[in-house]
Amino acid sequence: SRELFVLTYGALVAQLCKDYEKDEDVNTCLDRMGYGIGVRLIDDFLARSAVKKCRSYSETADMIAQVAFKMYLGITPSVSCSSATGNEFSLILDKNPLVDFVEELPAERASLCYCNLLCGVIRGALEMVHLAAEVTFLQDRLKGDAVTEIGITFLRKAEDRKHKRN
Amino acid sequence: AADEALFLLLHNEMVAGLYRAAEQGEGENGRCTTKLESMGFRVGQGLIERFTKDTARFKDELDIMKFICKDFWTTVFKKQIDNLRTNHQGIYVLQDNKFRLLTQMSVGKQYLEHAPKYLAFTCGLIRGGLSNLGIKSIVTAEVSSMPACK
Repeated sequence: SRELFVLTYGALVAQLCKDYEKDEDVNTCLDRMGYGIGVRLIDDFLARSAVKKCRSYSETADMIAQVAFKMYLGITPSVSCSSATGNEFSLILDKNPLVDFVEELPAERASLCYCNLLCGVIRGALEMVHLAAEVTFLQDRLKGDAVTEIGITFLRKAEDRKHKRN
Repeated sequence: AADEALFLLLHNEMVAGLYRAAEQGEGENGRCTTKLESMGFRVGQGLIERFTKDTARFKDELDIMKFICKDFWTTVFKKQIDNLRTNHQGIYVLQDNKFRLLTQMSVGKQYLEHAPKYLAFTCGLIRGGLSNLGIKSIVTAEVSSMPACK
């Protein structure tokens, strides 16, 4: 059940808050761990979903929101492209199971990105399919914003495997 | 099954991350096991809270241990404990022949020394679950041949 994951995640964040005084350090730690998970999760994802290779950043963003998020967290964030250059996307999370048992951030932890693991996971997974990206939380309901929004910025052109030279 | 994969990866990353931080001087190795065990404890408590809202009260200690071996273990590890033994004086041995958190690891002897790191969280999980069911306990684990553990 997903509860095990959510509860374990909560215990992890609590432990990291004990280990690190600064919010930025906890955030970095979560991102790093997320990355470690992402680079392995991608294999699991590809095995379970058997999807074809995405041909554009837009398809990739849709895949993340509609297939991956649904598969692992049971939610489907909405996707929008936020730049004319076509490489910046934003995922709006209406619901977020990771914070099911969290009401609000403690006062002394105002800069904590509670769900920062997710950014690392996405970044790590994308890297394994040769897509470099920056992933951060643009808005966070836990910090008082109206919605929770994850921004994905693709950094390089996606490799075209057919023309790859050895 | 997808969330099982996610939990497994999170667990392994937690173990790796904690020991990595310890190596870089942010604490001794011994504390890593304690931290993992306390995290497990919290989660165990939380799980039982959500779990036993509907189930009837247990008759006795053995009943609770059977619950841990069947329902609890199945919720967490998608299988039951393979063998439960007791001396009827408060000591129980739970044997899992294909412990989910170890099956991904190679079977070679050189990995045996790392196996305990992967059991600390689960020990805490059991201790936390029992705690919320009114039982104080000490939970230890041993691995003699992967992926079985007691």
